Amino acid sequence: MSGQAVVETVDLTKTYDGTTVVDRLNLHIEEGQTFGFLGPNGAGKTTTILMLLGLTEPTSGVARISGYNSTREPLKVKRISGYIPEKIGFYEDLTATQNLAYTARLNDLSEELFTKRIGESLDVVGLSEVAGQKVGEFSRGMVQRLAIADILIKMPKVAFMDEPTLGIDPEGVNQILDLIGRIAKEQKMTIVMCSHQLYQVQRICSHVGIIVKGRMLVEGSLDQLMGEAFGGGRFKVEVQLAEITSEIVDRIKRIDGVVSVERSGDSLLVGCSEDLGPQIAKAIVDGNGLLTQMKIQSYALEDMYMKYFHEAEV
Amino acid sequence: MRGLITVFRKELADDFTSWRFIILFAMVFLAGAFTLYVDSQNIGGEVTGTTQFIFLKLYTTSDQTLPGLFQFLNLIAVFFVPIVGIALGFDAINEERNNGTMSRLLSQPIYRDAVINGKFLAGVVTIAIMITSIVLIVAGVGLRMLGVPPSSEEVIRLLIFLVVTIFYGAFWLGLAILFSIFFRRVATSVLASIAVWIFLFFFMPMFAGFIANTMVVPLDQAVTADEYFSNLGIQSAVLQLSPVRLYQEAISVIMVPGYRTMGQMIQLMGSGTVRLLPNPLSLGQSLLMVWPHLVSIVALTAVCFAVSYVKFMREEIRA
Repeated sequence: MSGQAVVETVDLTKTYDGTTVVDRLNLHIEEGQTFGFLGPNGAGKTTTILMLLGLTEPTSGVARISGYNSTREPLKVKRISGYIPEKIGFYEDLTATQNLAYTARLNDLSEELFTKRIGESLDVVGLSEVAGQKVGEFSRGMVQRLAIADILIKMPKVAFMDEPTLGIDPEGVNQILDLIGRIAKEQKMTIVMCSHQLYQVQRICSHVGIIVKGRMLVEGSLDQLMGEAFGGGRFKVEVQLAEITSEIVDRIKRIDGVVSVERSGDSLLVGCSEDLGPQIAKAIVDGNGLLTQMKIQSYALEDMYMKYFHEAEV
Repeated sequence: MRGLITVFRKELADDFTSWRFIILFAMVFLAGAFTLYVDSQNIGGEVTGTTQFIFLKLYTTSDQTLPGLFQFLNLIAVFFVPIVGIALGFDAINEERNNGTMSRLLSQPIYRDAVINGKFLAGVVTIAIMITSIVLIVAGVGLRMLGVPPSSEEVIRLLIFLVVTIFYGAFWLGLAILFSIFFRRVATSVLASIAVWIFLFFFMPMFAGFIANTMVVPLDQAVTADEYFSNLGIQSAVLQLSPVRLYQEAISVIMVPGYRTMGQMIQLMGSGTVRLLPNPLSLGQSLLMVWPHLVSIVALTAVCFAVSYVKFMREEIRA
């Protein structure tokens, strides 16, 4: 929590007709992070983003982007942040280029700068061939990529993407995720991505926050959270042996990265921070044991999510 | 300001390139052609050596074989301006919302009122261009037909007519935009606008008659002139609640300098070729007569727009 926060909320709360949608939310996202905002439907992710962008007024608390108060200085905030809403749309009667030009003009870009940027950003998202086509003819995946181009026109410091892969086929999802990852890296853009598709978040996000019923359950880097959730053992190796000797257990315990060794019947459960399958196998062989079966399990974000989620339910 | 101009330019371009506009323009063009046809058939009979304001007659002549509704001014008041206003505004806000362009638009660095102001202004300019062009078409062809140039007073009267008509169009546009903010579905908002239009045009006169008949002696039982006129007076008072009526009365007085009284007298005079009082009013006097009407039309337009504006500005964008 030391670096300069690009996105920050302090006790952010939003109540709609007596229902608290966002409840004293504290968020701290640093420059250059790719932040995965996780939570079930209706958890308050979109509302939080709307408040951050100054589109909705918080009931109490403060939302800040790059130090600008989103409620008091919405124009400054909007100048440095891009937004892809969940239900994104473009003017269907206009071409891709015309749609982007409208965004550019609304952002006060000079004529020459934006023609250059439109060309470049359409190139990046792979839509330059259909630049002159009306958006009404675009597929869902193309619209979503155009939305990313729309962000690139603006070149914001922070980009908020609300379910950017919703309703897209697996190949399209991969393209979009790659694109987002690449932009984050190349443009050094801070990206906040809302999703409930866990593996997608796991793929491109360095940091995650899990929000349930308007409250932030956990927030931090992916590795750190995984570590916390499973006591350092992100991988679990289950080995079945003909006979378990204490020598073998000792040898396994001595391997770097092994966190725990548990015995259950004729098998051993080894918790480790990385995939140590081969080393464990070697240790067993060195200890003159007979390995009958080995299973390697990796905890995914999903397990962590479920773990926190269940804790919240209880 | 930049945001407003950008939205305005985009909306204007949209208005002008849409099929909607082309269809409306064809309609308006036909109205012009129709008026010229009626003029060519009838104007010769109406004009004598002493007729004043011949040029304005281009716009007010009616064909005796057709109902009064088909007179140019009525066509404009009852059909074209309301339809153009509604057509340009009914999906202004809800369509953007449904398409998902609204939240993208509002996340750009522009003030929120730039969106609604830009849309409203673009609509008003479109209406202005449409109305002006039809008036000019009639004027141009009519000039050849008559061979009499308009006097300066006629030109001023035409200009006033244009300005009033643009405000009247802005009223319908504002109403349509208002419904497009209140109703999420485009079909609902267009139906709501049309319902208001039909009510004001068809049902208001019935409604007025009903109220007058229950308040004083019914018209068909009226014996004295006093009873008769108090009934008609109430009717016209009720009718004046409707902007359609206000506009009709206002432009009749402006375009026909011979009209020197309002309400039932206009009805009586408009029904035939009878000219009870042949001496025309001066421009100032005509204006004085319709001044309250003009103020009311402008006020109604302002109210419509103000309600839309407030509603739009306070509307929360929800997840």
